[in-house]
Amino acid sequence: MRDFTYDRAAATSDAVASASDEGASFIAGGTNLLDLMKLEVMAPEKLVDINRLDLHDIEETDTGGLRVGALVSNSDLAADRRVRRDYAVLSRALLSGASGQLRNKATTGGNLLQRTRCYYFYDTAMPCNKRQPGSGCAAIGGQTRLHAILGASEHCIATHPSDMAVAMRALDAEVEVEGTDGARRTIQMAEFHRLPGDTPAVETVLKAGELITAVILPPPPGGRHVYRKVRDRASYAFALVSVAAVARMDGDSIGDVRLAFGGVAHKPWRDDRAEALMKGKAPSDALFDEAADLILADARGQGGNDFKIPLLRRTLKAALSEATQMGEPQ
Amino acid sequence: MKTSLRINGEERQLDADVRTTLLDALRQHLGLTGSKKGCDHGQCGACTVIVNGRRINSCLTLACMHDGDEITTIEGIGTPDNLAPLQKAFVEHDGFQCGFCTPGQICSATAMLEEAKAGWPSFVSDDLDDIDTLSDEEIAERMSGNLCRCSAYPNIVAAIRESVKETAS
Ligand SMILES: Cc1cc2nc3c(=O)[nH]c(=O)nc-3n(C[C@H](O)[C@H](O)[C@H](O)COP(=O)(O)OP(=O)(O)OC[C@H]3O[C@@H](n4cnc5c(N)ncnc54)[C@H](O)[C@@H]3O)c2cc1C
Ligand code: SF4
Ligand code: FES
Ligand code: FES
Repeated sequence: MRDFTYDRAAATSDAVASASDEGASFIAGGTNLLDLMKLEVMAPEKLVDINRLDLHDIEETDTGGLRVGALVSNSDLAADRRVRRDYAVLSRALLSGASGQLRNKATTGGNLLQRTRCYYFYDTAMPCNKRQPGSGCAAIGGQTRLHAILGASEHCIATHPSDMAVAMRALDAEVEVEGTDGARRTIQMAEFHRLPGDTPAVETVLKAGELITAVILPPPPGGRHVYRKVRDRASYAFALVSVAAVARMDGDSIGDVRLAFGGVAHKPWRDDRAEALMKGKAPSDALFDEAADLILADARGQGGNDFKIPLLRRTLKAALSEATQMGEPQ
Repeated sequence: MKTSLRINGEERQLDADVRTTLLDALRQHLGLTGSKKGCDHGQCGACTVIVNGRRINSCLTLACMHDGDEITTIEGIGTPDNLAPLQKAFVEHDGFQCGFCTPGQICSATAMLEEAKAGWPSFVSDDLDDIDTLSDEEIAERMSGNLCRCSAYPNIVAAIRESVKETAS
């Protein structure tokens, strides 16, 4: 690990001021950053420890939603009674991620900003446009089991590994951030993460030194919440493909449905067209296939990840059958 | 950097490079070698310790971030002549072969049982709000952050199952 200076922030204003130094990085749970620092994939010159900031609470908002402090651990968020009851898809997504130990340390803000698990990003001997802009992409033509089938570019085909972010995308959450000028702004989850394009090193719309202070969940969407995750072992593994589905039935037809996908793109993926297509219709195998056709119309495999195209279709259909209780008495 | 840690009920002072992980601080600076280093990347659980009541991977955190924290390592859970119930259960059920993963397994299971008592759900809980006694499937899921290279899993689950029964009764 490269040497760095260590600064412990006592207030959000200190944290953003301290992080405005060249080469500075916030550290929260440290479960992603320290892993990457040990491998020298990341080498911040200064760490700003934000763990003592007052961002550990989950509070109800005026509009009936929840404001989740950036330092709320993944365990606490998953176990929160209100989250379990009203945002079960988020509890389930969190519980599917990492391990009990890691979830105790991992924070809401850090989870959103975790880096890709692309093997070549981790291997400093290999070219990688994300780690070293302009060096090329070793994944293209290489091992692509973990890689994207949607929204990739010729510069990067990495996926975003978070489960939590997929559920937050389905829930239309917003990310609250504080800038170096002390002003706070909110960013829709839809806009927060970027597609790789020709600048894969720029992963979010955050500006340098901006601190995530909270994630805001809108009022509960109701309906049935499902999180399906397919991986190489039954637990403690990243998603090959995951589907967050929230569906509310209106008699025999689908009143409202939200779907977000993990493991398939550089950001949690969502396709409004597929949701619009299903609304007001009775759930059926044929309808789910039509939705999958829309979502996968532009999907492209890289060889090692071709399996994700049929896998996403099947996982989507399984999640939708469960969320709409297809074939079960209503 | 100067850091005070309360380890197994004892106040300990550390003055180490800021890069020192909590695991290296315990093993190399404070003489507590019970916690093991399997992977150093959060992937195996051998380094599991309990910090302020929560189990964590001590390899993925810096010692200096824990100034003032309360830490329990395997040395604080029991001693050879005064074994904790979980330790006894591991011996009785043969919950290990080489024993390298065992301190992490026991620290992890100790805190895991508290999580279950607090009603925390897991990914395999059918109902997120109604967690009764832990099934073997629940134990396996909740312990998935602790790998065992000798694959003593069935006996590890059996040892924990027995402790679940004891805590319930
Ligand atoms: C073995 C292993 C398995 C895993 N499996 C999964 C899995 O299955 N699913 C999954 O979703 N995740 C998984 N993870 C990843 C884990 O969820 C992340 O490491 C964790 O969520 C990161 O949170 P943290 O608080 O530790 O972040 P840190 O490591 O502290 O920080 C990560 C990044 O976020 C920045 N940051 C942190 N907080 C803020 C803030 N408030 N404002 C601005 N910037 C901030 C940091 O500067 C850093 O760049 C796994 C990790 C490991 C090691
Ligand atoms: S896919 Fe992206 S992260 Fe992986 S090697 Fe290519 S540029 Fe790097
Ligand atoms: S040594 Fe910490 S998880 Fe493997
Ligand atoms: S007993 Fe050998 S690694 Fe578990």
